[in-house]
Amino acid sequence: MSENKTVRFIITRQDRPDSAPYEEEFVIPYRPNMNVISALMEIRRNPVNAKGEKTTPVVWEMNCLEEVCGACSMVINGKPRQACAALIDQLEQPIRLEPMRTFPVIRDLAIDRSRMFDALKRVKAWIPIDGTYDLGPGPRMPERKRQWAYELSKCMTCGVCLEACPNVNSKSNFIGPAPLSQVRLFNAHPTGAMHKAERLRTIMGDGGLANCGNSQNCVQSCPKGIPLTTSIAALNRDTTIQMFRDFFGSDEV
Amino acid sequence: MAGNREFYYRRLHSLLGVIPVGIFLVQHLIVNHFATRGPEAFNRAAAFMENLPFRIFLEIFVILLPLVFHAVYGIYIAFTAKFNTRQYGYFRNWMFMLQRITGIITLIFVVWHVYETRVQAAFGAEVNYDMMANIVDNPIMLWFYIVGILSTVFHFANGLWSFFVSWGLIVSPRSQQVFTYITMIIFFAISIIGIRAILAFA
Repeated sequence: MSENKTVRFIITRQDRPDSAPYEEEFVIPYRPNMNVISALMEIRRNPVNAKGEKTTPVVWEMNCLEEVCGACSMVINGKPRQACAALIDQLEQPIRLEPMRTFPVIRDLAIDRSRMFDALKRVKAWIPIDGTYDLGPGPRMPERKRQWAYELSKCMTCGVCLEACPNVNSKSNFIGPAPLSQVRLFNAHPTGAMHKAERLRTIMGDGGLANCGNSQNCVQSCPKGIPLTTSIAALNRDTTIQMFRDFFGSDEV
Repeated sequence: MAGNREFYYRRLHSLLGVIPVGIFLVQHLIVNHFATRGPEAFNRAAAFMENLPFRIFLEIFVILLPLVFHAVYGIYIAFTAKFNTRQYGYFRNWMFMLQRITGIITLIFVVWHVYETRVQAAFGAEVNYDMMANIVDNPIMLWFYIVGILSTVFHFANGLWSFFVSWGLIVSPRSQQVFTYITMIIFFAISIIGIRAILAFA
């Protein structure tokens, strides 16, 4: 019995960044403990669609295969998630795979997440420790705070929160929840806090924090369970204080 | 950074929705509630409001200008969203969509309501119990007013929640949840006041 079991896929494909998408169906033999990645590898091994026609192998991105790199994000049965963590046994068939269209599609399921990395650069999502001389050890971070910050640091720039957000779309230039939460992470670090005002002023600018409409889809969708909406609300408070400080405060930097 | 006022416009939009527009809404519905005590009680209350000193300045700076800014910027906000409740049927996502839809309904309702009452008053009509009674004498208009009032009050109550989040007053998930309950109680309470008032004219 089990050797005849199959898995059915309907995959949204696109040959070039500017060409029209189309659907293609695949039926592949079932193996125990399959995930979407191993199924895509099976299609790559034998690129024949459900009609028995030979086709091009489906293109997708992958790297770590353990849900920490964020590369294999795609829309699986209507929900954006990592293909490596999507087990075939837990999915309703036919399994529908689509690219995350919030991002530019390169080919098939492969998308270009550059905008997220650009946003991380814009908000300076790092701790500046390099100088022309040894800056010495920084201030210590309390252990309890380190454990809390670790949760925020789990962000893998996978793009799922941007895909789920109704305000990240072609009509707006919102940078999305992920880079905002990184602002809170790096502002919380004792050394990173030295650039706190700079980061806050950046997200008070173009495409920044104010674009959040509190639909809270991001926190529901984040595969790493990062408290994104708590980060956004905390940044709302920080920017409120920054705004008053900039307007009414002294000239102290 | 210079030249981009989005952050400040958005904060101003949020603030104006509560102060003064939201406060005016509650005050307006409470004054209307005098109608449940009979036409004379309503006419006395309406006359008191009408004879407030500096009325035209109050109307321009407390009602008209804040409302126009809130409405115009609100249209921009509503039309930059791409609703996705079909894929993501979470409670807050529904509220996100309803906030924008009720905003548009409220705008249509308020424009019509202002035309029928304040603009007509400017052309010499008298604002009193009979004016409203004549309007809601038509059952279609009565339903239009009921939908308009409910939509306005929902937009205010849920907008109060977003105001508290946007200004960073409620941060923790627990406080946001408790505030959801509080704003929904506010929605029901003010809706009852508004609906009782409009039915008093019918």
